[in-house]
Amino acid sequence: MLRRLLQPQGAALQGVLSHRRAVSGDSLPPLPSQARVVICGGGIVGTSVAYHLAKLGWTDILLLEQGRLGAGTTRMCAGVVSVAKPISIESQMADYSNSLYQQLEEETGVNTGYVKTGSLCLAQNQDRLLSLKRLASRLKVMGISCSIIKPKEISKLHPLVNIHDLVGALHLPGDAVVSPPEVNRALAVAAAGQGVQILERTSVQQVLVERGHVTAVETDRGSISCQYFVNCAGQWGYELGQASEVKVSVPLHGCEHFYLLSKPLQQPLPSNTPVVMDLDGRIYVRPWQGGVLSGGFEKNPKPIFTEGRNQLEVHNMQEDWDHFEPMLSALLRRMPELETAEIRQLVNCPESFTPDMRCLMGETPGVHGYYVLAGMNSSGLALAGGAARYLAEWMVYGYPTANVWALDIKRFGNLQSSRTFLRHRVMEVMPLLYELKVPRWDYQTGRQLRTSPLYDRLDTQGARWMEKHGFERPKYFVPAGKDLLSLDHSKTFYKPDWFDIVGSEVKCCKEAVCVIDMSSFTKFELTSTGDQALEYLQFLCANDVDVPVGHMVHTGMLNQRGGYENDCSVVRLSKNSFFIISPSDQQVHCWSWMKKHMPSEPQLHLEDVSWKYTALNLIGPRATDILAELSYVSMTPDHFPSMFCKEMSVGYANGIRVMSMTHTGEPGFMLYIPIEYALHVYNEVMAVGQKYGVRNAGYYALRSLRIEKFLAFWGQDLDSFTTPLECGREFRVKFHTDMDFLGREALLQQRQEGVSRRLVMLVLEEHDTELDLWPWWGEPILRNQQLVGATTSSAYSYTLERHVCLGFVSAPGGLAPDFVTRGDYEVDIAGQRYAAKAKLYPFSSLLNQQRRRKDQLDLGSLNPE
Amino acid sequence: MPVASQLFRGWPRTKILASSLLPCQHQSHLRPVPHQAPSIHPSLSWRPHPPSRGYRVTPHLHSYTLTPPQVNSILKANEYSFKVPEFDGKNVSSVMGFDSNQLPANAPIEDRRSAATCLQTRGMLMAVFDGHAGCACAQALSERLFYYIAVSLLPHETLCELDAAVEAGRALSPILQWHKHPNDYFSREAQSLYFNSLRTYWQELIDLSSPGEIPDTAEALLNAFKRLDNDLSLEAQVGDPNAFLHYWVLRVAFSGATACVAHIDGSDLFIANTGDGRAVLGVQEEDGSFTAHTLSNDHNAQNDDEVARIRGEHPPSEKKTVIRQDRLLGLLMPFRAFGDVKFKWSIELQKGVLESGPDQLHENEHTKFIPPNYHTPPYLTAEPEITHHRLRPQDRFLVIGSDGLWETLHRQEVVRVVGEYLTGVHQRQPLTVGGYKVTLGQMQGLLEERKARTSSAFEDQNAATHLMRHAVGNNEFGTVDHERLSKMLSLPEELARMYRDDITIIVAQFNPHVIGAQRQEKQS
Repeated sequence: MLRRLLQPQGAALQGVLSHRRAVSGDSLPPLPSQARVVICGGGIVGTSVAYHLAKLGWTDILLLEQGRLGAGTTRMCAGVVSVAKPISIESQMADYSNSLYQQLEEETGVNTGYVKTGSLCLAQNQDRLLSLKRLASRLKVMGISCSIIKPKEISKLHPLVNIHDLVGALHLPGDAVVSPPEVNRALAVAAAGQGVQILERTSVQQVLVERGHVTAVETDRGSISCQYFVNCAGQWGYELGQASEVKVSVPLHGCEHFYLLSKPLQQPLPSNTPVVMDLDGRIYVRPWQGGVLSGGFEKNPKPIFTEGRNQLEVHNMQEDWDHFEPMLSALLRRMPELETAEIRQLVNCPESFTPDMRCLMGETPGVHGYYVLAGMNSSGLALAGGAARYLAEWMVYGYPTANVWALDIKRFGNLQSSRTFLRHRVMEVMPLLYELKVPRWDYQTGRQLRTSPLYDRLDTQGARWMEKHGFERPKYFVPAGKDLLSLDHSKTFYKPDWFDIVGSEVKCCKEAVCVIDMSSFTKFELTSTGDQALEYLQFLCANDVDVPVGHMVHTGMLNQRGGYENDCSVVRLSKNSFFIISPSDQQVHCWSWMKKHMPSEPQLHLEDVSWKYTALNLIGPRATDILAELSYVSMTPDHFPSMFCKEMSVGYANGIRVMSMTHTGEPGFMLYIPIEYALHVYNEVMAVGQKYGVRNAGYYALRSLRIEKFLAFWGQDLDSFTTPLECGREFRVKFHTDMDFLGREALLQQRQEGVSRRLVMLVLEEHDTELDLWPWWGEPILRNQQLVGATTSSAYSYTLERHVCLGFVSAPGGLAPDFVTRGDYEVDIAGQRYAAKAKLYPFSSLLNQQRRRKDQLDLGSLNPE
Repeated sequence: MPVASQLFRGWPRTKILASSLLPCQHQSHLRPVPHQAPSIHPSLSWRPHPPSRGYRVTPHLHSYTLTPPQVNSILKANEYSFKVPEFDGKNVSSVMGFDSNQLPANAPIEDRRSAATCLQTRGMLMAVFDGHAGCACAQALSERLFYYIAVSLLPHETLCELDAAVEAGRALSPILQWHKHPNDYFSREAQSLYFNSLRTYWQELIDLSSPGEIPDTAEALLNAFKRLDNDLSLEAQVGDPNAFLHYWVLRVAFSGATACVAHIDGSDLFIANTGDGRAVLGVQEEDGSFTAHTLSNDHNAQNDDEVARIRGEHPPSEKKTVIRQDRLLGLLMPFRAFGDVKFKWSIELQKGVLESGPDQLHENEHTKFIPPNYHTPPYLTAEPEITHHRLRPQDRFLVIGSDGLWETLHRQEVVRVVGEYLTGVHQRQPLTVGGYKVTLGQMQGLLEERKARTSSAFEDQNAATHLMRHAVGNNEFGTVDHERLSKMLSLPEELARMYRDDITIIVAQFNPHVIGAQRQEKQS
């Protein structure tokens, strides 16, 4: 029935687009032999990419669609454009999409069915309301208007909603509904108007790659040579990625998605009735032709197309009423009057999901010129405009104009490409869309893929795990005797149940010594026969890496604009070999960044040795004693200064790389242990450490320690739009030399002009740790009541007994030094403002204390002077 | 030995008075303590009347109630399920898979089941065997009959290859892929004996067939049945130098078993039935309900054709005696069976074989017993009745069961229980709104009802187990009564047989899409 309803639109679409097409439907326009860009996929995403590329002046574009334009997920999608997204960049994209779709009709003359209905996110309980309040304050940072409203106001906005069990709602007046196929058509018409060629019924069979670059695309109708290829194949994106000469991993997986169409109600629902998202009921409802359209994200999704595209076609997916029952019940509970509404149809429209609920975009790590925009997690329509705009910028300028790292396909590698993994993970991801997300939740499925050799040992000692890039990392260790069950099941926005556990781990780091397994770090080794390695690194790194052998350097790898592409530690192992330690999720991105800038020099050799080493972090004043005892070598700062690396024996094991730094600003050592020695070294450290009070610790303790000392981490605080000058790391830039390096120009210019934003540390005052909401990230920062930025990470400092947030504040037109030091700062946590003290530098007391204690500290990493 | 004929009357659900009729008492001879067996007999003979169901429950049974998990562990002990693997949409079988299960009443159980896929021809075989007077014959059938059928189905060329491979000592490519529960065992000792008989059979087939000839399935089934019964009889007559084997082949021949075999190849379903097992097809009507379509005839006194056949095969003088009290010669309930040479051999042959048999036979006085009015043997045949059915998309499943099932549940009830289970579990019958006017409220009510029904079937993952639960525990309302189920399952070994028979069930599920496609192909 839906097909019939949509048919006229489809027919009209063909009319508009295919004036080139001959009368008999069978003969297709000839295939051009070349194009600059070939886009595969004529859904809303693909056409939007074509549209935006054309807007930026690239018009030699060919868009290929295997069936009809907008015939896949786009045709059946529910048509809601909402800015209520879990991360800010997605909200930003949705906001842009909204304004794009609004003006599209004017631009193209195609009636897109755009109606600014607004939307209501309902809260059935206080926790949900809190999460909506947090969302609201994040949206306000972006300048999107929204408000938290009371149940009574809901019924004023929507005639059908039953408000008896509601505690409130988030009202987003700007949200809209559209007719997705019409938007698709409008985008296609506009793109075609700019010269984009659109070919239907042409399917891509293979993408040809030569020397790491896309060269041509083979279709069922011949081949087209091209410089750029964009995979917008949606559901089939994974398979298309596999169908490249050099396989490209596009980690997404389909799930069936159901929504219901009703016939017009007796009293037809006005078309401007707000969209309702009853998150606790797992459903959404929008007005549709006088009736309603209602779907949801059930707890037990049905994954589909695991084995690839089999006999099932997207169009004749079966309706499954029994599966829809919980959502129907939720709908009738929310809108009891619908009981008498007649059913028109239950639509089954598969959607594709990714392992972390965020879409996949950007250039693939292995193949230059191969771009992806897919895996929209059922927000394809809402994101298509914004995401395609950023992707187009990325292709045309070489980078997008906003930080899209959270969506960058390079956050994944081949390791997320297993179909089994994807199938299991998306079954968790799809329900999560509407689930209440509390700070620091972890995925439960697809775990234990990469583990350290110590995993079992740590697990039996009570480790609780989190996952980063497929690697299991300990969060904290539950002491024997604690009630494990209650620990695992608590979900809260307030003080978490691990508070005391992490507190004691932190205390142990400060007073004795702790061991943290940090094996997940990305580790590269760079060697050369001559000084090519050094030259290459000097160009890539902002800091001067020409240090004596055995020294290590913290440095950023910057892009042309001076922004951090990576933040790493470089150890000079020998004259011509370097050991590079980067964050775990940099494994793919950093590799591709380094490869991209690597001179084609056969003498230069880069190797990923992440899997070869287990990393143990010994944090605390007594680390020295343990290592000294295990190696019969004096480890005092005189013999082993800070930021120093030595290969030495620990216990029986030889060749352990010991580095005097801890990533926390605390005294201690990192041990990089060849994996076969890992258990031995760990056992020795624990045995010998007994008398020094050694214990296991996890990443939560690490986090607290580093944030209280104002140590920013890449991926959380730093991104490709942050320069060293903006985060107080000028001292890590080799301005003193006239050596050229990537980003130097931009930094020099910025130094001249001064920065307009700055990373600051905010210490919350009058924040009751027990009773108040905890900060997480993304909270607005206010200065003298004015919005000046947002936080990027936060932690409770057990030493300061305060919450510490890191975040950026900006002052358009230049940020004077006293902008930070003078001014009343506040942090807005879910609408509640807390006074905060802003600081540009860490507390010297924290540092002095240590100096007193051990006279040893990697000062270089902390003190700018 | 006074053969108490009233004992038969008092024991209507035993096919034969096993212990007193047979040359061997399997229990007593196999068990290390030979005196255990007689202790059973008093308990059999002191009850002259048929026990009505649940009529007499001894006090100690009353106090002993099983918990639901205990009930489940008993019911699920023998459950087995097989799903035909799918290969990317290709080579899709018309059988999606099958569930099977067994519940013993005799100790040891006398029913057997088999299932296998033919590897050198197409098709799947499933069978239920119901033994009487011991399990030996049923056991032999469960191991051998499928090989006889599979060999009968092989074309001339394959048979020649097979024989050449044996001759040359090469490895044989397997003929059958068995789908066995771990409790379904094969006896190791007799394998070479069985193999030699089978080889003789296929060598004869080679001689009889000609190249290019494709055997007819119905004929193959018929030949296989007759041939195997013949071989059972011959092996017993010839004997074996190995005393144990000799004793074994005699036990096989003197015990008996019925067989109900299904051969499914694409949309062709063949049932070969000998005895009172039964195969019933579950047909889904357009309104979603299920009706039973019986594919086999019971060979017993309730079947007038069978009564006429038997009377016709013997002189009019025996008209009164050949069937008495609904039993063959007043003794045997099924009118067709494998083994049971006491009803097939001449008196001289029986005496001759027994005299030359191993000593164990002579210890048992009953071996010498000859059925009364035994004038014109054979009285019994293993020849099957063969039914062919072209599967239609509405044919959803096939239930093959031993008489233990059909005695407790009407076939219509069987089909209803299985049908609702399958649709509930797999929600195979999707709801569609179609052109009807349905409101959201009505739909919700409907779905909630379906959900409630599903959750009751949720306990079982196996359709056969679910059916068994109903067969044993159904109350007058057609729903499972836990108390009743618990009592029936907690009966002590020696009492169980009075309240219920061994039950064996196979439920094969068809793939309507494949069947529909194949029918279209054939028609075009």
